[in-house]
Amino acid sequence: MQRPQTSRETILTSIRANLPKPVEHPHIPVFARAGGPLKPAFEQHLREAGGAFHDVSSAAEAEAKLMALHPGAKVVCSAVPEIYGTRRVEAVQDPHQLADVDVGVVRAQFGVAESGAVWLTQEDLVVNALGVLSQHLIVLLDPEQIVPDMHAAYRRVRLNETAFGCFMMGPSATADVEATLVHGAQGARSLNIFFLSSPNQGLALQKTDVDPGEDQPID
Amino acid sequence: MGSAKQVDPAAAAELFIIRDHVHEPMHDRFLWATMQRRNKEAAAIPEWEELREIASTIKEHTLTHLDQYLEEFEANATKRGAHVHWALDAAEHNEIVYSILEDHGAKELIKSKSMLQEECQMAPYLQNRGIKVIESDLGERIQQLDGQPPSHIVFPSIHKTRQDVARLFARTIGTNPDNDDPHFLTEVMRNNARPRFLAADAGMTGGNFAIAETGTFMVCTNEGNADIGASVPPIHIASIGIEKIVPRVEDMGVFLRLLARSAEGAPLTQYSSHFTGPRKGGELHIVLVDNGRSRRLAMPEFWHSLKCIRCGACMNTCPVYRRSGGLAYGATYSGPIGVILDPTFDEFKYSELPFHSTLCGSCSEVCPVRIDISDQIFKWRRVMAKKGYLPLAKRLSFAVAGYVFAHPEEYHVVQKFAEPALEYAPHFLLYNNSLNPWGRDRELPHLAKQTFREWYLENRSENAKAAN
Repeated sequence: MQRPQTSRETILTSIRANLPKPVEHPHIPVFARAGGPLKPAFEQHLREAGGAFHDVSSAAEAEAKLMALHPGAKVVCSAVPEIYGTRRVEAVQDPHQLADVDVGVVRAQFGVAESGAVWLTQEDLVVNALGVLSQHLIVLLDPEQIVPDMHAAYRRVRLNETAFGCFMMGPSATADVEATLVHGAQGARSLNIFFLSSPNQGLALQKTDVDPGEDQPID
Repeated sequence: MGSAKQVDPAAAAELFIIRDHVHEPMHDRFLWATMQRRNKEAAAIPEWEELREIASTIKEHTLTHLDQYLEEFEANATKRGAHVHWALDAAEHNEIVYSILEDHGAKELIKSKSMLQEECQMAPYLQNRGIKVIESDLGERIQQLDGQPPSHIVFPSIHKTRQDVARLFARTIGTNPDNDDPHFLTEVMRNNARPRFLAADAGMTGGNFAIAETGTFMVCTNEGNADIGASVPPIHIASIGIEKIVPRVEDMGVFLRLLARSAEGAPLTQYSSHFTGPRKGGELHIVLVDNGRSRRLAMPEFWHSLKCIRCGACMNTCPVYRRSGGLAYGATYSGPIGVILDPTFDEFKYSELPFHSTLCGSCSEVCPVRIDISDQIFKWRRVMAKKGYLPLAKRLSFAVAGYVFAHPEEYHVVQKFAEPALEYAPHFLLYNNSLNPWGRDRELPHLAKQTFREWYLENRSENAKAAN
């Protein structure tokens, strides 16, 4: 007995019967860029997207800057070795545990000059919800790791190696009420980029340093 | 979608226009400002026109190899641990979603914006089966609370004033009706939505693009609401139209440079999220939906509408849409793109839509994937005329015009005699409120005292030269 055709087969059969004359895939050229450093363009577009940026020269300065920006923060959940925070994201078992995070801290792999966006993956966030449940975000970015545009950005991403990757351009925003721009719709209310070179291996936090489930004082 | 009464966009637009002196001008102004931001962004990219051409060709390539790319997408997404489902139509889409929720005992769903889920009328279907469905995009939530569909594919509540939203929130959430500050209203919704995100048993998104090469789909939002829905509840279900496929990761560079610039005049949306298989500890379902799309591929004059990436630029530039409001179209998709998509779902019901256009061609000019929208609108008019769907008034005038333009001798005669007639006719025939509500605030241009032909014969023709 023939088994009934599945919707999958019906759809594919219908497509095959209806395909228009084949069109070739076009060549995507490498578009010429105006020269010059990428960081100023990144900064300008980040500002336009509602984000802010700071040059910091050390982990200590980064931590001090965080405290200055968010003096009232009770829960600082960090995914980076440079800033310990009050909670290590590696210790978070369930994304719901991030509901009370005031400040999330994460390092982006690279930035995109033409938009001011940064690329964050599941490996960077550890728990994806850190990027959107945190009330505020601090994103560390190596100033050397900025690509000019989205063409270069997509050459850099490894979508087959991560379950989640996001180009995040500034904080959450909406203009759904009378086209008025408001930041902090559902995701982070603010996004500050700290320009800080990637740490060497020696700085990297060891797994044993993490005390699961226990919040640490911020000092 | 069964055949129902024809929608009457002109009559509905009139209600929007005459409602007061606030809504229609505001709507027009906001969308035009969005268009100007788009124009500025487009002008700043030297290769803009080249990008449009490439994007259009990538989409044409994909659509003409759609079976292969869908299979490639399915294989790669499955390899990464996603469950891929295929839905022939809206009903099957809704059944699949419900069965996933039922299997998990899920009772509460938080969803981000998806025109496809609108197209499938998913929310009422699930609500009738006891599922609580919450929209998380601010504009969509406003529309949901007001019991209205979205009026714009990017700005769902753009036809509402801040006072409308303040009153709606007062009525439905209990906030102060006099506080209409958009910052306050956005904060109200943030605080209202947070507990729902945390309580939801499942999150749903749409998909802006699906990449065959890696089995990835991506979602663009400004609020980050899709990301919360995808990262907090244990199950993520994504509804994706089969036309959303692109072949390779590299192609995305072209589309993302065009999408948000065309949609809102920004280089990107705030969040451009890529999902490749389930997140750590989560479960991912992808529902690939046909619902008439494969049939549309066989329509030589209309299959290019499948290239649409849902940016809404055609709506923002459209002089008719800006003054009508999206709800006037009475359909899932409004504006110029709606005019050419909606009739593929129900020709009779949406037979009036192709006439809700000036054929000015601006939509085709701004479309990031170069869909010949305005040509298709004209071709849909012919379809409707052939099927006899024209309302009587239009059928008569088009028949007369058709005869006259086909017989040039008569045209010259008619043109001369039409002059005095047109002096009175517009107000009585064309712009009579009940015959054509569109005309209420409009005027025909004044006719020249001399026809072009008369002027030509006098000044430029061989006769004129001989006489001089």
